[in-house]
Amino acid sequence: MSIDSDTARRIARLARLGIGDAELASVASELGRVLGLADRLASADLQGVEPLAHPHEQGLAWRPDRVTETDRADSLLALAGEARGGFYLVPKVIE
Amino acid sequence: MTHPHSSPLTPHEGWQPVIGLEIHAQLNAASKLFSGASTAYGAEPNTHASLVDVALPGTLPVPNRAALDKAIRFGLAVDAQIARHSVFARKNYFYPDLPKGYQISQYELPIVAHGHLSVRLDDGRTIDVHIERAHLEEDAGKSLHDAFAAATAIDLNRAGTPLLEIVSAPVLHSAAEAVAYMRSVHTLVRWLGICDGNMQEGSFRCDANVSVRRAGSDKLGTRTEIKNVNSFRFVEKAIEYEIERQIRALESGQAIVQETRLYDAAHHHTRPMRGKEDAHDYRYFPDPDLPPLTVTEADIEVARATMPELPQARRARYIAQLGLPDSDATQLCADRATSDYFEATFATLAPAAAAASTSESEPEKVTSGVPRSPADLALAHAKAKLAANWVLGELAAALNASASTIDASHVAPSDLAKLIARVNEGVISGKIAKDVFAAMWAGEGDADTIIAARGLRQISDTGALGATIDALLAEFPAQLADYRNGNEKLLQFFVGQAMKRLKGQANPQQLNALLREKLAQ
Amino acid sequence: MSTPSAEGIAHWARALRAREISAVELTERALAAALAQQGLNALISRVDESARAAAAGADAVLAAGAESALCGIPLVHKDIFCTNAIRTTCGSRMLGEFVPPYDAAVVERLAGAHAVTIGKANMDEFAMGSSNENSHFGPARNPWDLTRVPGGSSGGSAAAVAAGIVPFATGTDTGGSIRQPAAFCGITGLKPTYGRVSRWGMIAFASSLDCGGVLARSAEDCAHVLGAIAGHDARDATSMQRPVEDYLRGLTAPVAGLRIGVAREYFGAGVEDGVGAAVHEALAALKAKGATLVDISLSHADLAIPAYYVIAPAEASSNLARYDGVRYGYRCADPQSLDDLYTRSRAEGFGAEVKRRILIGTYALSAGYYDAYYLRAQRVRRLIANDFAEAFKQVDLIAGPTAPTVAFKLGEKASDPLAMYAADVNTVAVNLAGLPAISIPAGFSNGLPVGLQLIAPAFAEARLLSAAHQFQQHTDWHLRMPGTGA
Repeated sequence: MSIDSDTARRIARLARLGIGDAELASVASELGRVLGLADRLASADLQGVEPLAHPHEQGLAWRPDRVTETDRADSLLALAGEARGGFYLVPKVIE
Repeated sequence: MTHPHSSPLTPHEGWQPVIGLEIHAQLNAASKLFSGASTAYGAEPNTHASLVDVALPGTLPVPNRAALDKAIRFGLAVDAQIARHSVFARKNYFYPDLPKGYQISQYELPIVAHGHLSVRLDDGRTIDVHIERAHLEEDAGKSLHDAFAAATAIDLNRAGTPLLEIVSAPVLHSAAEAVAYMRSVHTLVRWLGICDGNMQEGSFRCDANVSVRRAGSDKLGTRTEIKNVNSFRFVEKAIEYEIERQIRALESGQAIVQETRLYDAAHHHTRPMRGKEDAHDYRYFPDPDLPPLTVTEADIEVARATMPELPQARRARYIAQLGLPDSDATQLCADRATSDYFEATFATLAPAAAAASTSESEPEKVTSGVPRSPADLALAHAKAKLAANWVLGELAAALNASASTIDASHVAPSDLAKLIARVNEGVISGKIAKDVFAAMWAGEGDADTIIAARGLRQISDTGALGATIDALLAEFPAQLADYRNGNEKLLQFFVGQAMKRLKGQANPQQLNALLREKLAQ
Repeated sequence: MSTPSAEGIAHWARALRAREISAVELTERALAAALAQQGLNALISRVDESARAAAAGADAVLAAGAESALCGIPLVHKDIFCTNAIRTTCGSRMLGEFVPPYDAAVVERLAGAHAVTIGKANMDEFAMGSSNENSHFGPARNPWDLTRVPGGSSGGSAAAVAAGIVPFATGTDTGGSIRQPAAFCGITGLKPTYGRVSRWGMIAFASSLDCGGVLARSAEDCAHVLGAIAGHDARDATSMQRPVEDYLRGLTAPVAGLRIGVAREYFGAGVEDGVGAAVHEALAALKAKGATLVDISLSHADLAIPAYYVIAPAEASSNLARYDGVRYGYRCADPQSLDDLYTRSRAEGFGAEVKRRILIGTYALSAGYYDAYYLRAQRVRRLIANDFAEAFKQVDLIAGPTAPTVAFKLGEKASDPLAMYAADVNTVAVNLAGLPAISIPAGFSNGLPVGLQLIAPAFAEARLLSAAHQFQQHTDWHLRMPGTGA
């Protein structure tokens, strides 16, 4: 499996991982090798085989509609790098 | 930026607009879709964001039962298939108001699919809109770009609020059709009690997918998506603008770029949204933290049993059984609270007829056999019309003037019914009744109390009426002579004078009849 | 007082109740041992003060008649479990300063039993690794040979127990991360059935594979801890409702009559001779006690690594998207735009292996590749689960070497991800199928521990623990300590 630099750049973009142009080629080749592992999956006979997303069958359990959480704004905002006036701050976004 | 100079009503020669709406209705659950934080609007920023909503490491989603129930009710109301097996999927993208870096939504297996809604247009036509799907998903938080000079502020109170995303097929062909459909969905979700429909607060939002194609073509053109328009008026204007824009572009040889656009209300146009490049690769996959949702027949039967009579059915019943005109029935059924109020008023006014009518739609409420002779029926219809007139007339005006909703009415349905009954019985005239209503609204008591206190009983006694008339005719000999010489318009003069003498309490029919008699002598 | 001790929970529980030692003294021993063996780099954080306070509390409970054998017993938590007000790093710079405002379910339950947390154990960053060399806080070392890895990702937990710092530690196992370090360090490591232990507060790597579990000196000790941490938790929608058994009561079930499947695929070419030999001898010992060895085949075993290295990174790429510098965790200096905030915080906060897996996972889920990679891997996963289900129709347990080699040298595989991934060959299939498995010390090869892995059907932990316990009644591999001459 070979991955080119453009693909590596696109994937890095999707994942918001900053990768410098100098590294792109080596990242691409590394990805290619690991994905080569995955290509072995192509040999399997999957006729009629459904995906297994959850190892064991158990129906989804629901929660009753009740407010159970109290205001923890202060302790949670304190974890942030930039918070002010009760808000989390990020560099200005223009829409 | 040029504005389209054609009026919105200009037909687009040779082009067919194709519109699909994605409506996001916030479900009115008390807690969030995947956490126990409150969904109440207007709290201080980030005070309704729990560990799960802030996406702290190690936190996990647990779904809210009420959201499922509301989704099922919607599905039943639009005659859709309720999936017995459906899946929550992750929609992955980065944005600061999306704390996990993904939204838990539904993708391949939504809870509701293939429904339809009958929509009446202003021009009288009815279209049947196919609803492709409705699925559950969580709302994102809010980004405020103007709170700080050099930063965007993030408030996660809204993050995790349950949404029902309702997706129509691209079967709408004008802005008017789109808005009519949007209104119908708005009425329905409020009617079902699953969403408060408050567009100012963002409880009901609409994205429109708009494209155009040559009339007669069955291929779809490139579409644009207009996002987050929060009023019926703006949806209509935005779609109209976009249709114009696309036609103009195509006619001048340009291609339509598939993009997301915002409606700029100040400048009356749509413009591309910046910052949403990289055509979204959302990498949907089933959420491994949430096993599949199973819905049983029992779940559906429970939901079905608690479904209210739907607006279309109720409207049809008002026309067929209560004899109301289409316009009254439609207006009453625009809002469940209004029609419930009407029903309660009518039930007090005409209990047997009311029971018989609802029994058609709710057989388990059948009362013992009620004879429905044509005379009975006519009486019932008349009473229904009276009740409708009052609810849509005086009551609506009073509510408007005090800017309240019908739930906050100062006059209860049973009290309104009693007032109407007094008019029906001839105790007071319709005109006097309006004054009585105003007094009731102001809290002076019920109809009988006010009538007694103000001595408003209608004068129907021919003796008293006759005496007044005789006196009048004697006082105005000139007008009398004029009338007898053929000036029939003076009847109104005498009616007016008599009413004045009798402080408006004359029974108008009696007065009129008696006056004609005496004038003719 | 810093003599490393091979003694387990049962020993200390008895000693505490006999007042031969107090919880406070036992905790001091553990803290001193940790201090004395800092060269192992087994711990990222030590919490002396809160440990002493908890120990004092445990003494009070003991005086009043403590129910749980875990009362007063010191432990370390893998630094993947959120501990309220105690730094939880997940082995990463991304969470290097993160102090959670809540406790994981596993932490709550052990605190509820009055066990005493003395520190947070080193680990491969975000549980991604098989050697503990991917830690931002430096590698942990194998107490048997400080030039070798302890295994991963629960390397610090394994080293702390193997070195006698604490009698037990918590760990997590997504592809072998409890079992393989247990094997490399000569201790017992239990991965329960998926969903048996709540994942609330367990920082997610791959949600459908992650399992909380325990590393200890014996199967009996694992039974004590499992009893405390297992059970349904309404805060985790994948937590199984099934009631928790009394694992201690079942320990004495005899090995006689047990059918043990020996999968030929687990003795493949990559398995070192010394490892294979030790495991065969261990199996012979079980046979001598009345177990029957049955040859079986798990025909899709060679697809387990490819499937795992698609599914785990895919889920991880999504689970790690929340690390964006906004609400907690590492934030780059002076971000120039939102984009810069994201890309630089993540590039600087994550190590190389984590970034590699995020990229692989993103690719496997991306448009055009989802069917060929992620979906296909999930379908292969079903084949692998079916292989086990078929095998368990004929056998009660499946056995093999936990890892193909003994502990390798630090740096030996670090530069070759694929070589590192290959070390998981005997463990990942178990996670794909969601089954319980245990690794128990079964001998030595060239002076380094060898682990025997036993796999059971879903929710058959009791069977695993009793077979392992019986083995440990008749062998003493699990009692050996490093530095005392294996």
